Amino acid sequence: MLKYILQRVALALAVAVVLSFVTFLLLNFATDPAYAIAGEDAEPEVVEQIRKTYGFDRPVLVRYAEWAGGVLRGDFGESYYWNKPVAELVADRAPVTLLLAVMSLSVTVVIALPLGIVAALNPNSALDRMALGIAVSAQAVPNFWLGLIMIILFAVQWRLLPVSGDATLMHFVLPSIVLGASSVPAVMRLTRTGMLDVMESDYIRTARAKGFRGAALVRRHALRNALLPVISVLAVQLGAKFSGSVITETIFAINGLGRLALESILGSDIPTVQILIFLFAIVFVAMNLLADILNAALDPRLRIA
Amino acid sequence: MTPPTVQTAPAADMPDRAPTPREILRRRALRHRGFQIGLSILVGLLVVALFAPLLAPHDPFAQTLSARMLPPVWADGGRWDYPLGTDQVGRDYLSRLIYGARVSLLVGFGAATIGMVIGVTLGVLAGYFGGAVDHAVNFVLTAQLALPGLLLAMALVFIIGPSVWVVIGIVGVLHWTYYLVVTRSATMRLREIEFVAAAKALGASRRQVLIGEILPNLVPQILVIFTFELGVAILAESALSFLGVGIQPPTPSWGLMIAEGKEVMFFRPWQVVLPGIAIFLLVVGANLTGDGLRDITAPEGRT
Repeated sequence: MLKYILQRVALALAVAVVLSFVTFLLLNFATDPAYAIAGEDAEPEVVEQIRKTYGFDRPVLVRYAEWAGGVLRGDFGESYYWNKPVAELVADRAPVTLLLAVMSLSVTVVIALPLGIVAALNPNSALDRMALGIAVSAQAVPNFWLGLIMIILFAVQWRLLPVSGDATLMHFVLPSIVLGASSVPAVMRLTRTGMLDVMESDYIRTARAKGFRGAALVRRHALRNALLPVISVLAVQLGAKFSGSVITETIFAINGLGRLALESILGSDIPTVQILIFLFAIVFVAMNLLADILNAALDPRLRIA
Repeated sequence: MTPPTVQTAPAADMPDRAPTPREILRRRALRHRGFQIGLSILVGLLVVALFAPLLAPHDPFAQTLSARMLPPVWADGGRWDYPLGTDQVGRDYLSRLIYGARVSLLVGFGAATIGMVIGVTLGVLAGYFGGAVDHAVNFVLTAQLALPGLLLAMALVFIIGPSVWVVIGIVGVLHWTYYLVVTRSATMRLREIEFVAAAKALGASRRQVLIGEILPNLVPQILVIFTFELGVAILAESALSFLGVGIQPPTPSWGLMIAEGKEVMFFRPWQVVLPGIAIFLLVVGANLTGDGLRDITAPEGRT
């Protein structure tokens, strides 16, 4: 098992290095950061001066090494747009996004797991069809539209929840539902398939023969194995929530990393955008790694292989 | 010892000859209601997009100052000459919704095609050659999956300069992983089957085997993924346009229309509701078609 985990860690690290390099190249070659600072119609001499001051005239590999070295030491560079260290911006905004991500994942679990289990226990019933219908609909609804409709209904029409902002926990209820809903189809389908497979397996037949029935059978025997793949998907979905926060935070005016990302893009603030893309990718890689390790730890079959 | 032979009498309602594959497909399609609903929606919206100039009652760009902010016909003050009302600058909402189908479908088909070319190429190569090629492709796949797609798309579209073609290119370049995963494992399976070995024995070149033998057998699976990715790309475009880093005004894009309607959504919610329903319908249509195609073309015929 140790070998398996070490392999995973090595792959994750390699992916992280490549991703950092690719994002660095993309954003530094698609734009001229000197122009971004000076403004579109600046004099050539001014732009040249800025290029020298910020060191944009040096070779790319040198600049990448400098940037990567800085990131490793926790120095994320300086934001031209916000006139602040990027690390400070990120540290200010990260807790809000983390809270949103965890809350929306809870929403996903609360909706998707029971739906998937009930659907699998009654295959082809009306309940199963309803669960499938919910999955198909949730997959096709534009996330940002769902958010606006929720604001119109719950915040304006019925005045149950605040419209926008991030002052209290109540402000996070609607955004969490919107962001959580986007993961429901994937998690629900996986729970349903996992549960269906397990319920048809030999060991469940044995348990039935031993007299286990209903809830006890599901809880003590079926659920454990059925939920193994779901756990890894949940870890991956938590990683995906970070990049999903861009839309949700923009709609609900939540000052987290997602909204910071949009504002930085619109302000041509390359250092911030670069760090955020890299950071979201790293969170995703880390969550994937966690999922692999969790799976190996929970599933004895994987440990031997 | 000879194995026991089983005498089977032909069933009364069965034709004498075995049904051809085409007949089996048609029979399954006629039984699959989700597929029929999905395909009807998809084809219906395709027709709307193609014949937009004939169907739209007004020019979608024409601003009529005397007819600004009209409500839809069922609300107080609604007029039949503007059935779904008008927006802040007096453009007919129905006409803009009809023309919006063009943008969504253009981006959807364009991006799904680009993703298909990238994903299928990598998938077939990785599946056929295996070994180092497979490892390399797998590494690229792992890296691509980790990238925050929407955020990267936003940054790139903004940097390159937003236009329909840039949106198509970037959404396409970022959505190929599904094609890759499916075609790779399918190619691995096909590689071991007799007809590929037979083609090789007959002296077919690698290229002939890949394009003449492997690729045609992947078509059903590729088609299924294409319909799903159509929906994914349409949702991605609408999100980009909504955030202001996609299709630019005054082009009628459903995502952009929602962004414009957002400014007045507390007074005239239909301006947000209607384009959202349009996106939802189109994506549901694509997804149901994809689900149906998968069931219909499955070897054992899941129904």
